[in-house]
Amino acid sequence: MQEFRTLTGLVAPLDRSNVDTDAIIPKQFLKSIQRSGFGPFLFDEWRYLDHGEIGMDCSRRPLNPDFVLNQGRYHGAQILLARDNFGCGSSREHAPWALFDFGFRAIIAPSFADIFANNCTKNGIVPACLPGETVDRLFGEVAASSGYRVTIDLERQQVITPGGESLKFEIDPFGRNCLLQGIDEVGLTLQHADEIRAFEARRRQEEPWLFS
Amino acid sequence: MPKTLYDKLWESHLVRCDADGTCLLYIDRHLVHEVTSPQAFEGLRLAGRKPWRVDAALGVPDHNVPTTDRGKGIGDPLSRLQVETLDANCAEFGITEFAMNDVRQGIVHIIGPEQGVTLPGTTVVCGDSHTSTHGALGALAFGIGTSEVEHVLATQCLVQKKARNMLVSVDGQTGSGIAAKDIMLAIIGAIGTAGGTGYVIEYGGEAIRALSMEGRMTICNMSIEAGARAGMVAVDGTTIDYVQGRPFAPRGAEWEQAVRFWQTLHSDEGAVYDRVVRLDAATIRPQVTWGTSPEMVAPIDGRVPDPAREEDPVKREGMQRALAYMGLAPGTPISEIRPDTIFLGSCTNGRIEDLRAAAAVLNGHKIAAGIKRALVVPGSGLVKRQAEEEGLDRIFKAAGFEWREPGCSMCLGMNEDRLDPQERCASTSNRNFEGRQGPGGRTHLVSPTMAAAAAIAGHFVDVRQWEN
Repeated sequence: MQEFRTLTGLVAPLDRSNVDTDAIIPKQFLKSIQRSGFGPFLFDEWRYLDHGEIGMDCSRRPLNPDFVLNQGRYHGAQILLARDNFGCGSSREHAPWALFDFGFRAIIAPSFADIFANNCTKNGIVPACLPGETVDRLFGEVAASSGYRVTIDLERQQVITPGGESLKFEIDPFGRNCLLQGIDEVGLTLQHADEIRAFEARRRQEEPWLFS
Repeated sequence: MPKTLYDKLWESHLVRCDADGTCLLYIDRHLVHEVTSPQAFEGLRLAGRKPWRVDAALGVPDHNVPTTDRGKGIGDPLSRLQVETLDANCAEFGITEFAMNDVRQGIVHIIGPEQGVTLPGTTVVCGDSHTSTHGALGALAFGIGTSEVEHVLATQCLVQKKARNMLVSVDGQTGSGIAAKDIMLAIIGAIGTAGGTGYVIEYGGEAIRALSMEGRMTICNMSIEAGARAGMVAVDGTTIDYVQGRPFAPRGAEWEQAVRFWQTLHSDEGAVYDRVVRLDAATIRPQVTWGTSPEMVAPIDGRVPDPAREEDPVKREGMQRALAYMGLAPGTPISEIRPDTIFLGSCTNGRIEDLRAAAAVLNGHKIAAGIKRALVVPGSGLVKRQAEEEGLDRIFKAAGFEWREPGCSMCLGMNEDRLDPQERCASTSNRNFEGRQGPGGRTHLVSPTMAAAAAIAGHFVDVRQWEN
């Protein structure tokens, strides 16, 4: 995984709560056995006026002009501003794959669904939690000024606004560490292989029926 | 110090913990399906890694399989490739698989308990958010992403932080005709879709204890719809009776030893929860969702709410959007909503007890003229066989239902079973999200008996009237 330190990027607002992973990447795209190529289908049912399927050339599809990411002022956005319980529902990791492939590197929201937040930090996306009132205010600022950009400083856990204000965000410390160092988590765990083996040997004695 | 059930399960699986609370949790059972595993197996191959312990894993295709005649194979080439990829990966790495034409094939969360692969006291994971189902057996079970699927395959562990403890106690007895699904929808309605975020929920109270294992699985299944990764119910006689004699359950002396241990799997007297929610079972009525989030739910004698009366602007807009999507006007009585389609099945309500309950309502009746189609999709090949032995298939077919092969089917429509735009469905599944059952499709989540009653009446009705 690519490491993440700081990023200054354009902010796009998605002003609805409980955005589920079915909306982020609809089920028909889950038939892919690849990890990449999901970006053109991000928010497919909201973004396009027709029905999308794997393999379609999205440059020829009719865009929904009302959907926020289709508005010119948000083209090239790398930071998504969202509402409560972002990423709820299905555990599909295709959701962060699609967000990353589209170009998002951070999501700011008052809360995230657990599995989704976990999947983000394994895929180079910072799920940054800010208090609801702060997020409210940011929605106002994004709407008020075109080209609104913020800096995400992961080391300091801060969102820095164009006005120079530093907003401390919450993130799981292990996920933060993995993002900062671009860690291969499997490799990290395998450093403890002896401890896993010892645990397993004890378990085999205590609950032998789990091993037969 | 007294411990909760979750505390006990968590502590008994800890391999190691760092000072900041980041722990390695040992995983006893890993269920693998075709949608969330191909990239994980590919990751293993690219890194030159082998699975840590293949006997802990079980593979099964469920999302993409057709529910009509399987003799012709899978028509959609993408679905076929995904299922074939699972077959090839299980064969290459030596993982047991119940392939599409095996009678034991079914929805991963139905077959784990059915086979005795899921046992009390275990940790169970799967790349699927409805893994919470297995907590009904007194297990710690939760859904994971594909990177974590790879992590478990490679290390038999997951990196985890302990969640907080929540008790949802459903006190007293439910009225007759109230299903486990009604209890769970009422819980979600009460605490909201993010109410359980960061928690593991233990379900307790008299009404939960009175449920069968199937009912407990329905409850735990939808924990994720309340935001909780895991839900669980303490082990009791119902649990042990359910497990006994299952193909992968222990036998003989090991069975006796296991039962002695399993009987300790309950929260201790005086255990402390971070949050306690109590519901009075007697107040729970049959539930029907009206919106695009499971928390948008009302009792059968209620009405579609009016967004104008909601003070929170974000919530109000969410309600307005949901009603526009669902094609419903504020104030509409729930009983006047007319489904086009009935879907009976899914990991929430595709077990034998669900089919029996629906068949009991349907027996001797026909679906209403306004119902375009009605599907029964048993949760597994063995559920299907059992139902046929009991003659339930004849009741469903006589009523006008299609009797299908097992799989996830129209719960999410990754195979060909899906709703058309604006098609309205009474569904026993778990999610009413926009587009979940098909682009533009409109889902109303209900219990199996409520779905059956709506099929006969042509609109939602209080199933309790059927009993009188």
